[in-house]
Amino acid sequence: MSDNSRPEHYIPGRPFLTLLHKEVRRFLRVSSQTIFTPIITASLYLFIFGATLGERISVLEGFNYAQFVIPGLILMGVINNSFANTASSLFMSRYLGNIVDLLVTPITPPQLILAYTIAAMIRGLSVGIVVWLVSTFFAGLPWDAPLTAIGMATMASLLFAQCGLVVAIYASSFDSLSMYTNFLILPLIYLGGVFYPISILPEPWGKLSHLNPMFYLIDGFRTAILGVGDLPLWLSFLVAGIMSALLFIWVVFLIGRGHRLSS
Amino acid sequence: MGDMQIPALVIDQLKKSYDGADVVKNLSFTIESGEIFGLLGPNGAGKSTTINMVSGVTRIDTGSVQVFGHDNRQAYRITRCLTGVMHQEIVIDNFFTIDKALKMHAGYYGMKDDPAWRMLLIDRLGLGAHLHKVMFKLSGGLKRRFMIAKALIHKPRLLILDEPTAGVDIDLRLTLWDFVREINERGTTVLLTTHYLEEAEQMCGRLAIMNHGELVALDSTKRLLNRLGGRQVTAQFDRQIETIPVELDPFHPVQTEEGRALRFALPEEVTTIDLFDKIRGLGLVVTEIETRPPNLEDVFLRLTGSINNVR
Repeated sequence: MSDNSRPEHYIPGRPFLTLLHKEVRRFLRVSSQTIFTPIITASLYLFIFGATLGERISVLEGFNYAQFVIPGLILMGVINNSFANTASSLFMSRYLGNIVDLLVTPITPPQLILAYTIAAMIRGLSVGIVVWLVSTFFAGLPWDAPLTAIGMATMASLLFAQCGLVVAIYASSFDSLSMYTNFLILPLIYLGGVFYPISILPEPWGKLSHLNPMFYLIDGFRTAILGVGDLPLWLSFLVAGIMSALLFIWVVFLIGRGHRLSS
Repeated sequence: MGDMQIPALVIDQLKKSYDGADVVKNLSFTIESGEIFGLLGPNGAGKSTTINMVSGVTRIDTGSVQVFGHDNRQAYRITRCLTGVMHQEIVIDNFFTIDKALKMHAGYYGMKDDPAWRMLLIDRLGLGAHLHKVMFKLSGGLKRRFMIAKALIHKPRLLILDEPTAGVDIDLRLTLWDFVREINERGTTVLLTTHYLEEAEQMCGRLAIMNHGELVALDSTKRLLNRLGGRQVTAQFDRQIETIPVELDPFHPVQTEEGRALRFALPEEVTTIDLFDKIRGLGLVVTEIETRPPNLEDVFLRLTGSINNVR
């Protein structure tokens, strides 16, 4: 907006910050569902795999099972919640019709995407941090490359926040929204190496798992924390980066055209 | 050039179709700055689609919309700041209270919260007692009041009200129209659609009537009424008129009161004297006369052939 035509009260950046603030408040307002439920779920996993099986099984040399599974559980919390936040928020806005409140404002499509995405990342990463804190009661982690681990978790939350936006745009009902979650996201997570190393799978399952994008994220995150993994870190970042970029372009295209948002 | 000389809204050759069916067909009209302009038409005439194309909710097929000289696609960030819209459907976010939601809506338009303006809206729309209630606990009338406040929170220069009084009680309707007049006097241009023709007649300086996606009339309310409404004259006779004389056909007579009276709708070019000259010439004796000024219902009926969806 050029200065000579801008309405006098207009403050650049404020529409984006307002939407971001609103999205964060939205999930905090229902924090029992959006924050505490995922933490309790992750804590149950931690109890099962940490307190009961953790000391008895080892799938990776030099680490007990609890140490192996905790990075996966942290990233699962990050991914699930980043995805759920954008998917449910945008879909509800479409479903209830209040998306028009945004369509009539000067918020640009990239601003809208970034506000929804960053709010989802805040939720996903918050859940991940709390899951990690809870996990310290069950097992300690070596944190081989902490900044790399944070980078990978951030990349995973970015990617799945975008994924949630795509699903929210294409879902036509609550049923189809939950179908995307139950039949696409959950299988990808569970088969992506949260609970086992892909290297122990017999063929063709091992090779097929390399087609699962989740594998690169989980393995990358685990490698950054434990110092060992199935894949080189650069490959995990490359795959995550390419997928995030492609999804961002897709979402910009959809929201820029108002696909299923405006008629 | 001062802004008062730039039209508030210029709609030029606007077209929209869904699945091959034309909903808005080459629509063109201009709203001058400072007007209260009424857009009328039966259900499905294309009013809401037009409003949605102006506000950015619906994509434009062809044609253009300019808000205070700015194209609403090329310069959408400017036109959206200049426009406030109250949609026909109740659109709210259940997560927030009225107060919080109004502050947020100001922010969406890049505006710092102006507590004095916010409190004025809250006060004038009777929302004061409900400020800290979440939306889903509000009655339908309160939700509509909130939607009006929401449309005005960023001080738009063009206010669009799509059926603002649909399904609301008389109290809110009066409050709303008083407030719309006040806002208009402060310099805000108003475009409204309503199903209440009486309200449109009282509120709007100019009217456009749409039917099947096309503009069928566009004029000042007064001229439209005089030109198309026709004056209503009811004449009572000293005896029953069993068959209406054909000589009276140009005056569009309708029998009332079991044939003892005839109601006429006089076209613009015909005077009341012409009518009574004709009646006298037929040897009929008039005992009482009642005249009624033209009203919008007559105009609406004549132009659209439908009165079912309006009151």
